[in-house]
Amino acid sequence: MHSSPSINDQLIMQCEQFEQLLQRLQQREYHVLGPTVRNQAIVYDTLTSIADLPKGYTDEQDGGSYRLKQRHDDAFFGYAVGPHSWKQFLHPPITRIWRAKRDGSSFHIAKEDKGIPKYAFIGVRSCELHAIAIQDRVFLQGACTDPGYQERRQDLFIVAINCGQAGGTCFCASMQTGPRATFGYDLALTEIVDTRQHFFVVHIGTELGAEMMDGLVCQQASPDDLQRDEQIVACTAQTMGRQMATSPVELKGLLARNLEHPRWEEVAGRCLSCTNCTMVCPTCFCTTVEDVIDLAGEETERVRKWDSCFNLDFSYLYGGSVRASAKSRYRQWMTHKLSTWYDQFGSSGCVGCGRCITWCPVAIDITEEVRAIYDSEQKE
Amino acid sequence: MVSDAKPKLAVWKFTSCDGCQLSLLDCEEELLPLAKEVEIANFREASRAVIKGPYALSLVEGSVTTAEEVERIQHIRSVSKRVVTIGACATAGGIQALRNFKDVQEFSALVYASPQYIETLSTSTPIAQHITVDFELQGCPINKRQLLEVITAYLHDIKPTIPAYSVCVECKQRGTICVMVAHGTPCLGPVTHAGCGALCPAYNRGCYGCYGPKETPNLVSLSRQCRHMGMSTDQIRRELQTFNAYAEPFRRESLSYEK
Repeated sequence: MHSSPSINDQLIMQCEQFEQLLQRLQQREYHVLGPTVRNQAIVYDTLTSIADLPKGYTDEQDGGSYRLKQRHDDAFFGYAVGPHSWKQFLHPPITRIWRAKRDGSSFHIAKEDKGIPKYAFIGVRSCELHAIAIQDRVFLQGACTDPGYQERRQDLFIVAINCGQAGGTCFCASMQTGPRATFGYDLALTEIVDTRQHFFVVHIGTELGAEMMDGLVCQQASPDDLQRDEQIVACTAQTMGRQMATSPVELKGLLARNLEHPRWEEVAGRCLSCTNCTMVCPTCFCTTVEDVIDLAGEETERVRKWDSCFNLDFSYLYGGSVRASAKSRYRQWMTHKLSTWYDQFGSSGCVGCGRCITWCPVAIDITEEVRAIYDSEQKE
Repeated sequence: MVSDAKPKLAVWKFTSCDGCQLSLLDCEEELLPLAKEVEIANFREASRAVIKGPYALSLVEGSVTTAEEVERIQHIRSVSKRVVTIGACATAGGIQALRNFKDVQEFSALVYASPQYIETLSTSTPIAQHITVDFELQGCPINKRQLLEVITAYLHDIKPTIPAYSVCVECKQRGTICVMVAHGTPCLGPVTHAGCGALCPAYNRGCYGCYGPKETPNLVSLSRQCRHMGMSTDQIRRELQTFNAYAEPFRRESLSYEK
């Protein structure tokens, strides 16, 4: 007997039905995005079928190091997070805000033909759901709303994945942001793969998620299936590659008390101020605007680009940059992320995804920097 | 913006390969609009016709390597309202500044049959070491879009938008996978000035540092990491002693590896 699925249902979905789900999303005119292998890394890009997923691949991550490896099974989501984050779609690196043409002594703004696609994200991790929620607070819930972000965000369909293994630089468990997806998804999957079987436990999060599952041949998950699901995610939580020294709320005060700690000078000696940590961070949102004028001065456009607190121009006021030293820039980034973010947005700005550790060319580790300051307080 | 008296643009060559001047000719579809806005008054790569100065904007390519060039750059400054240096030679001394680390007499004796006819200074130096320069556009060669940006900015009397941040920013903007982290390929991107659009990493090569040092580069930390990745000190020295060898941060770090 077929009955329509509804919110909070837990179903078993085979790979064949997973393929049908992707096809259905495409038929509903979603631009389907998800993990795929490119250039020795797992990136986020367009998916046309489950064949595009990084089946049988995993990653080995450590400070300043990422290596793509083969798995011993056919898992689709058997890796942690890669160099890309969903930020690049919801808050693109380069966006034209407006263009204008001279009209005698005045000017007129050209109409933008935007055509914002309707996105479906496949394989969103719990840390990334938290990151999207943080950017929602930044762009949608403050005094001003970012219209571009709002348009890209409002029709977003999210298929989350509960992590089946932790990466070498993951620390979501200690940031209380994972590894199980608990909110903000339409569907959440747990992948179960062994020598005999390969299927997903599907948790339905929204009406739209239920509608997308409707008609796919799926059974209700058995207590045994749900127990395996629990075990997998619990095991992931226990094998995090990194850990914060203390809770997110404690971090706020810890850093606020230690703005003149000698550790800032020490880390500045290693920091390249290259901006990689901020660019890969799924919550860093800062931008700059550049005006591009043609030679004749007849046309102009204003372009918004990702910027970083590690760049001198970022804090340029009349007379010079406020944060001239690498020490002040590193401190700004880390104290904002872990401490003053609470004052500004009511939560930590860190989701424990570990990207800033992996993608720092010189392996600076935010958990290690916190621990150095934390340990020095314990000794006092 | 079009008026009867168009501002005069001059392009000057010192010791260089001419590649940066070619970036101006490479502008192709923008060349006619440019000729509408400025009078190209002195540009030997494009025309033998030379219009006398003074010039509103002088683009200077090349480094100073002869006594004659020491004199000539002073003259150019005196007939130019604004001087913009273009390329690694003009902003850092170029590849020919490798002589600054060695004995030029010794080179001449090895290379030339009759070295007594060679008149050259013992160093190759950037233009800014001789005169006041209004803006330095880095790169080997420079990027034509950036050149147009600089010219456009001077025409409209605004600050050119030439970010001094690292090549990493451009890699991340275009979604390139970090070659250093994901492939273990040493890369000068984290200490190199943006502007090329992060070309080499997009083709799986480490950055060669063609655009010279970025703002506040940390060479000590990057070269420590390169050693950690297996590069020898001699390899690091060679990486740094290329087109921008005499740019101060690169020079200082490479000298620390001189035997």
